[in-house]
Amino acid sequence: MRLKLEKKAHSGLRIVPLTLMIAAPVLLAGAVLFEAVGADPLAAYAVMLQGALGNWFNCSEVLVKAIPLMLTGLAVAVAARMQLWNIGCEGQLVCGGIFAAGFALYAADALPAPAVIPILILAGFAGGALWALIPALLKARWNVNEIISTLMFNYVAVILMQHLYFGPWRDPMGRGFPGTAMFVRSAWLPRFFHTRIHLGLFIALGAALLLYYSLGHTTWGYRVTVIGLSPQAARYANFDAGRQQIAVLLISGGLAGLAGMGEVCGIHLRLQQGLAVGYGYDGIIVAFLAYLNPLAVPLVALLLAGLIVGGEQLQAVAHLPASISMVLEGCLLLAILAATVFSTHRLRIVRDDEEGP
Amino acid sequence: MDDLIFIVAITLKSSPAVLLASLGELISERGGILNLGVEGMMLVGALAGFVTARQSASLALGLCGAMAAAGLLALLHAFLCVHLRADQVISGLAVTILGTGLSSFLGRPFIGQTGLHFSSIGGTWIDGLPLIGPLLAQQNLFGLLCLAAVPALMYLLGRTWLGLYIRAAGQDPAAADAAGVPVAAIRYGCTLFGGCMAGLAGAYLSLAYTPGWKEGMTGGQGWIAIAMVIFATWHPLRALLGALLFGLLNALQFYFQATGIELIPAYILHMLPYLLTVGVLVLVTVLEKPVLGSVPGALGKPFSREE
Repeated sequence: MRLKLEKKAHSGLRIVPLTLMIAAPVLLAGAVLFEAVGADPLAAYAVMLQGALGNWFNCSEVLVKAIPLMLTGLAVAVAARMQLWNIGCEGQLVCGGIFAAGFALYAADALPAPAVIPILILAGFAGGALWALIPALLKARWNVNEIISTLMFNYVAVILMQHLYFGPWRDPMGRGFPGTAMFVRSAWLPRFFHTRIHLGLFIALGAALLLYYSLGHTTWGYRVTVIGLSPQAARYANFDAGRQQIAVLLISGGLAGLAGMGEVCGIHLRLQQGLAVGYGYDGIIVAFLAYLNPLAVPLVALLLAGLIVGGEQLQAVAHLPASISMVLEGCLLLAILAATVFSTHRLRIVRDDEEGP
Repeated sequence: MDDLIFIVAITLKSSPAVLLASLGELISERGGILNLGVEGMMLVGALAGFVTARQSASLALGLCGAMAAAGLLALLHAFLCVHLRADQVISGLAVTILGTGLSSFLGRPFIGQTGLHFSSIGGTWIDGLPLIGPLLAQQNLFGLLCLAAVPALMYLLGRTWLGLYIRAAGQDPAAADAAGVPVAAIRYGCTLFGGCMAGLAGAYLSLAYTPGWKEGMTGGQGWIAIAMVIFATWHPLRALLGALLFGLLNALQFYFQATGIELIPAYILHMLPYLLTVGVLVLVTVLEKPVLGSVPGALGKPFSREE
């Protein structure tokens, strides 16, 4: 007797059973964990829901958290369109933050105020792209595994950032506070609606539209897709795969860098501890939940941001670790993976003697 | 001379976690399943090992707990990859995220707690041994036993029918299946073995190397282990070399800190293990590309009899 995966006659699940199939195991896993630490699962979920959507301010915080997730989600998605795994968004985010902070600290006050924000955006993008450059070159030139190289650079970026804010960039007036001085006013991203929602939201939405258009409706996007789906066909069509790999990874890194710039110049207003909190890794989940569709990324980012804000509220209100959101994220990704298979296949127990030739 | 003994002793002490994890990953990949969940499995293993040993007052049970917890995650990965033929990269990443979250969520009450740990074997007749005495004195039994896994796995892979089955399942599952190798079972077994080894690797950190539980205490060693498998070109002996290289970098860090010599700034030293991992990866990819047959032929590819 063994388990056998076979194609269904009528493939495709409806959206409702699919959602249930994804949500049920995730919520169940969370409930088991809450029980394990002696909390009431229903009450805990209620706190999370309340925390994410309970009032206008909390809702706005979900939007605020969704900004970096949208950008890192887009970053992972655009690379994955070409079968490249950019697991290094965390480091690229940090490097974008470092570049933006360096500019804001040491050059912004010498420039006319209206010029500062555009340069900051460029600096953030450049920082992230630069951090992706070495893995990109290694991949294109020697086919060095980009999963490992981008990931290793995450640790390097975080160490570099800590060195900067503990060392040469530390605020001299900060009395030992691990962080730089606060930026000059002109380097703060504008905020809207009396909340912490900042310019990054519109940058992220713009990037999503731009990527949707350029991936789906330009020859460049067509090349990227072909190289991703069939390297052989791409070679036959004489597409320069190596150059496109570099371009796509630089764009991917740049998007993650923008996320870091947004956090640093829109939220923290200085370079400090708490920049590398996993948005880069969350981007992987966002991208795959969105099935690599740039237009779906903002919606999925909102969902995940709700989960994270809910988790933070759970910690603040019920004193349960906020890392529950990470557990739920992991389960979510696993459930999506399984549900994707089950939408076209089913598992059946077969006896060995049933087996045909 | 004393400096040299210090460096070699710390090298030996800091390499077992990477060694265990990369040996496990090596077997898993030889069987055809890429497991990117190692980092998460190590974290879960570290926590489970520490807590089990503490509650049961038995180090042996602690190791079993670590293997069981990480093994469960590995079974999840195996189910998705073998039976559902899901994407192994995404599944592995999901397992790492899940494992990191789980260990952080469940481990909070144990941060800063003290428990059992493997103590060094010094203070006995071992100290008196010429030359290797002071070197061995700083080691612990667990770390030394890890070394035995290298010849054991070399024997298993190269000289037994099971090793042949494993290599066949990873190299050409269709041919293996036709020859009667139970490919699915072998792949399950290899992934489970990889998970258990990752769990042990985590337990080495929480029970021997830096006793106690700390969030994210693996610091990327799981990922380094995966890179070391590529560096090792899927051979156990070279995995030992990779792990020792990692240990040496760690030892140099300690050495410079302890002696106050600042040839290289401290933060650069901290970066070195990660940068050098990328470095050896490049070297091995560039130099050894012509060596055919080192990469398991069907690595990362799901197998089904029908297709």
